[in-house]
Amino acid sequence: MLEIKNLHASVEDKEILKGIDLKVNAGEVHAIMGPNGSGKSTLAEVIAGQEEFEVGEGNIFLEGEDLEELSPEERAHKGVFLSFQYPVEIPGVSVTNFMKTAINESRKAQGLEDMPANEMLKKIREKSELLEIDRKFLSRSLNEGFSGGEKKRNEIFQMAMLEPKLAILDETDSGLDIDALRIVANGVNKLRSKDNAIIVITHYQRLLDYIVPDFVHVLYNGKIVKSGTKELALELEEKGYDWLKEEAAV
Amino acid sequence: MAYTEEELKKELETKEYEYGFYTDIESDTLPKGLNEEIVIAISKKKEEPEWMTEWRLEAFRAWKEMEEPEWANVTYKKPDFQDISYYSAPNKKPKYNSLDEVDPELLDTFKKLGISVDEQKKLAGVAVDIVMDSVSVATTFKKTLAEKGIIFCSISEAIQEHPELVKKYLGTVVPQKDNFYAALNSAVFSDGSFCYIPKGVRCPMELSTYFRINQAGTGQFERTLVIADEGSYVSYLEGCTAPMRDENQLHAAVVELIALDDAEIKYSTVQNWYPGNDEGKGGVFNFVTKRGLCEKNAKISWTQVETGSAVTWKYPSCILKGDHSIGEFYSIAVTNNFQQADTGTKMIHLGKNTKSTIISKGISAGQSQNSYRGLVQVNSRAENARNFSQCDSLLMGNRCGAHTFPYIEAKNKTAQIEHEATTSKIGEDQIFYCNQRGIDTEKAIALIVNGFSKEVLNKLPMEFAVEAQKLLEISLEGSVG
Repeated sequence: MLEIKNLHASVEDKEILKGIDLKVNAGEVHAIMGPNGSGKSTLAEVIAGQEEFEVGEGNIFLEGEDLEELSPEERAHKGVFLSFQYPVEIPGVSVTNFMKTAINESRKAQGLEDMPANEMLKKIREKSELLEIDRKFLSRSLNEGFSGGEKKRNEIFQMAMLEPKLAILDETDSGLDIDALRIVANGVNKLRSKDNAIIVITHYQRLLDYIVPDFVHVLYNGKIVKSGTKELALELEEKGYDWLKEEAAV
Repeated sequence: MAYTEEELKKELETKEYEYGFYTDIESDTLPKGLNEEIVIAISKKKEEPEWMTEWRLEAFRAWKEMEEPEWANVTYKKPDFQDISYYSAPNKKPKYNSLDEVDPELLDTFKKLGISVDEQKKLAGVAVDIVMDSVSVATTFKKTLAEKGIIFCSISEAIQEHPELVKKYLGTVVPQKDNFYAALNSAVFSDGSFCYIPKGVRCPMELSTYFRINQAGTGQFERTLVIADEGSYVSYLEGCTAPMRDENQLHAAVVELIALDDAEIKYSTVQNWYPGNDEGKGGVFNFVTKRGLCEKNAKISWTQVETGSAVTWKYPSCILKGDHSIGEFYSIAVTNNFQQADTGTKMIHLGKNTKSTIISKGISAGQSQNSYRGLVQVNSRAENARNFSQCDSLLMGNRCGAHTFPYIEAKNKTAQIEHEATTSKIGEDQIFYCNQRGIDTEKAIALIVNGFSKEVLNKLPMEFAVEAQKLLEISLEGSVG
């Protein structure tokens, strides 16, 4: 599904990613952990095509296709989805209208007609039921006045609507209380399938109790310094990151 | 590609005017310049009665003594009023019984404008009075309206056919000497629309006028008079376009609305005059006086979407004379490149328990300047007057400006006046968020702008709202990206 080779990225001449290699297969869930400032969010945004970052060396392949020349919207059309750590507000644009636009723009890119209204409605009903989202929520302005939990649920609702091949969840657990966390994690679990892949970026083990990863990677100082299975996350919870920092320094 | 501020700005500047074509129709144009002879000649061409000629001359004499106002937040080279032709009419004259008789090329023009009259006829039951270079060429639906006693025709025709109404109301809301441009308009207005809704009648369709400046070196001076008699209702739409020209074209219109007791008038405008090119050359100077008078329990709503013109100077106002009367002003003003807009409203509260609402949305891009200027005035006998004003500005890039000049004069201590203002910028993070969902930058901006303008767009009649939305996209997004 996703293959990243020796990826380097910098912003304003400061190198943040210093040679990342990562392979994610369809049906897998990978967790990326690491201390603050290690480059986790940068990695997510670089995959999504945020041009604020300069990609020096290295390549990102989605299903064998090099993404380098593709704009963020083209990557989205190919099935890349990023659940934002801080979703932005767009006043006056309802969640429904935003989703309708997003879906139809992707369809247009694929040479398809707009999705018929009844089909769109059906899909919205289906996905909002799946994620236990109140329909009233869908007519509100995108993220405007949403609580932290609502924002993250809205991100997962969008993921459900867009049915991406690769979903990257950037600190979806931050700012959530335990109930909200459970709801969001359940939503993600319902969207897991053998055809898609999910990358979960998080500081804490806590989210991984709910979304159980197949693999865990530790990002430190722009590099993946350790990879393992879900037990690695537990070990990190127990020992912190310091021992890895020391290991990396050696 | 994620767009940087720089690229965004570049894209904005490459936006072209979509309606830049010139229709080659023979026209009958008076020589340039303005003096009493020209005023008399215009009146004569229109076969007007003597009282009308006198009325015009009175206005002209007042205008000669007046000076062009300079208080607005706009800078431009003042027009040379002696270098303008004050009358230009398509040669193959009006008085068509059906559309089939209209010059096919003219109809073609309307098609290019995307407002094919046939289509409108079929679609929405909109009665259209089209003023092209000042003369009304086609008025549809007259019969349906006549059955209800509604008069909807060109102002020239009204002067001929309904002189008692014109005499009674013309200049009562905007007097000849009101201001420089109103005086000029009163002297030389070539055509415009007239509408009268009888007592208790609800006009069954939206009434619509399209203005277009076609001939080079002409000014357009329409005069619109809408009278809603007691307990009646009318919704009136006005749209405008102009072809691309290097020189500046002048447009100085006057609109007067009269809402008698318990009457309601909704007046919606979509203004899309040529804004000039990306270097600020050419474009229409739009100096308009629009004012409505509300008697007891009456209501007037102005809704405007202003995307065109090089310079706009326009303050649709309400005089809330009658007790319990209501005035509303909903506005979206978009400026791009070197456009300048100084627009807003005046709400004059004279009656008791009068209420006014002002919602203004300004969107500035390029190096444009967008100003809101509004006056809320509560007179001493206007007990319990209430006003709510909200002025929001949206900026794109770093070289444009948004300004708000609210004036409040309250002479009655029971008045309640609220004013809210916000300024925001389209953020790169908003654009990237949309991009990530598969929405390209152009569409993203359209989405954000439409969201920003929603409260006002919702006030427009349905078919007009769709058009206005498209216009916003053309003005900014089309290439704004």
